[in-house]
Amino acid sequence: MATTAVQTLEEIRRGLVWRKQLDKLFVVVGLAVMLGCLATLALLFVDLVQQGASRFGWDFLTSFPSRKAERAGILSAAVGTSMIMVVTALVALPVGVAAAIYLEEYAPKNWFTGIIEINVTNLAGVPSIVYGLLALGLFVYQFGLGQSVLSAGLTLALLILPIVIVATRESLRAVPKAIREAAYGLGATRWEVTKDHVLPYSTGGILTGLILGLSRAIGETAPIITIGALSFIAFLPPSPVSGQFPFLSFEWLKSEFTAMPIQIFNWVSRPDQAFQANAAAASAILLGMTLAMNGIAIAIRYRFRKKINW
Amino acid sequence: MSQGKALRAPGAFSSLRYRKTRDRVIELLLLACGLVAVFTTLAIVFILFYESSFFFETVSIKDFLTDTMWTPLFADARYGIAPLVAGTLTVTGVALFVAIPLGTIIAIYLSEFATHRLRETVKPVLELLGAVPTVVYGYFALVMVTPLLQKLIPDLPGFSMLSAGLVIGLMIIPYVASVSEDAMRAVPRYMREGSYAMGATRMQTALRVVVPGAFSGIAAAYILGISRAIGETMVVAIAAGMMPNLTFNPTEPAATITAYIVQVSLGDLPHDSIGYQSIFAAGLVLMLMTLVFNVIGFFLTRRFREAY
Repeated sequence: MATTAVQTLEEIRRGLVWRKQLDKLFVVVGLAVMLGCLATLALLFVDLVQQGASRFGWDFLTSFPSRKAERAGILSAAVGTSMIMVVTALVALPVGVAAAIYLEEYAPKNWFTGIIEINVTNLAGVPSIVYGLLALGLFVYQFGLGQSVLSAGLTLALLILPIVIVATRESLRAVPKAIREAAYGLGATRWEVTKDHVLPYSTGGILTGLILGLSRAIGETAPIITIGALSFIAFLPPSPVSGQFPFLSFEWLKSEFTAMPIQIFNWVSRPDQAFQANAAAASAILLGMTLAMNGIAIAIRYRFRKKINW
Repeated sequence: MSQGKALRAPGAFSSLRYRKTRDRVIELLLLACGLVAVFTTLAIVFILFYESSFFFETVSIKDFLTDTMWTPLFADARYGIAPLVAGTLTVTGVALFVAIPLGTIIAIYLSEFATHRLRETVKPVLELLGAVPTVVYGYFALVMVTPLLQKLIPDLPGFSMLSAGLVIGLMIIPYVASVSEDAMRAVPRYMREGSYAMGATRMQTALRVVVPGAFSGIAAAYILGISRAIGETMVVAIAAGMMPNLTFNPTEPAATITAYIVQVSLGDLPHDSIGYQSIFAAGLVLMLMTLVFNVIGFFLTRRFREAY
């Protein structure tokens, strides 16, 4: 800090006072910036709920979209979103967990494993709309799955795969080596060690990762628009359960669909002001779902962490 | 865990070969799942190049790069990507102008100045904000931020890159702050103590010891922010208008690459039309832009990595 070789005591003192004041100033500035940002966001959320308040109600949840703003609802969007989430979870969970188990428990340390790891990291940074283009080219046209619930679910599953893989790997890594060695010592094979000992201990972390992934997927709009979600659907997909033999039907997978974020986007881009309230109400509901999922994830993590003491 | 099975003792020994074969099969299945990530990357690259190749049969690469108009859906179609790239860069610029200084200040404050309790309260909130669907931010931009800006700038149009960029900036502040803060926390304690022992204040320690020490991590946070801003779709599609417009003036409406893809997807274009193919060419450019920033980030972080 010695700009000049000779400083009088007076100058040093003055410099010190100034630097200490700078310190105090930054405490104020930092706090103000942080609270300012959080307050701005909080204000936006409060405003969102207020704007949507007039539309909350049973009718809003159980009505189909409509040309009249006050009669429109989110029934088909909410059902569509739930179905997509089921597909996404059913695909992303096994594939993601299996990939993580391979990388963490089986993979030798070589260039090949390195390639898989780099891929997982890079995929997390790919813009979500690019997944939409992938799905449009691959699922919708090459595989002929069409603009269906199945295509959307698979797309979002690929999108959240890195999240599930990273979360699973972390929780597998947290299981102490001693547990694996004890099982090996009793003659268990690698898969038996993984399935009977390592996996049960990491369930909490895996579930947390899955739910966080799903909470990301539920709000994704761009990839679903790209594969061709419709915004005006006044019917529900065929029910998966029926009274007649064979009782289960998978027709719903092939159904055209809409989803919550698509519905919001559609309403918000209409010039008619009346639809803005609908968009606000639907946004608030979607936001509530996302925050609830995150809350559940945090709760699960906390519970499992408390239960396990090595 | 499930001791029940293991206790069927004698039988279990005779099946050792079966158990080993089963292990092999399962390992291959797990490997197959691991390869899904590799195939996804390959599929993205393949699809983008494959579908764009049809586009570039009609449009020369020279036109694509040098033409100043982007109107593939009009009768008089022109295919210059420049307006979309300009829109993307402008929106990203506005967003970073907001997010980088504010995010960095918040990170320094949380890491070096805030009490333990405050940090433990704010960090989860920041992570929670990262989960808010972007379409909701789009609503904010169009319905709340634009009218507010119009009071400050009277002739601001109803759609503008400024409003979209500001909201994207606000949206990525939590990311930038959270990731930078993690990097600063990773700077070892003894480096701070050394600095304090020399008589430095907290501010001096933060700016001259912690920030340089964590620079590779902070750069990674910035790159993450840039990638998110470039790839952000819904906010721009809702609030920036969808007219391609070759300008770097943020107070004008313009389309970004992502907004164009959404616009085309909303219509019902036939599979083999030039409009359909054009979104893959646009997607390819988007992917390359993200890639360029990530490569820059990779070398930056490697160049400035501090080993403790």
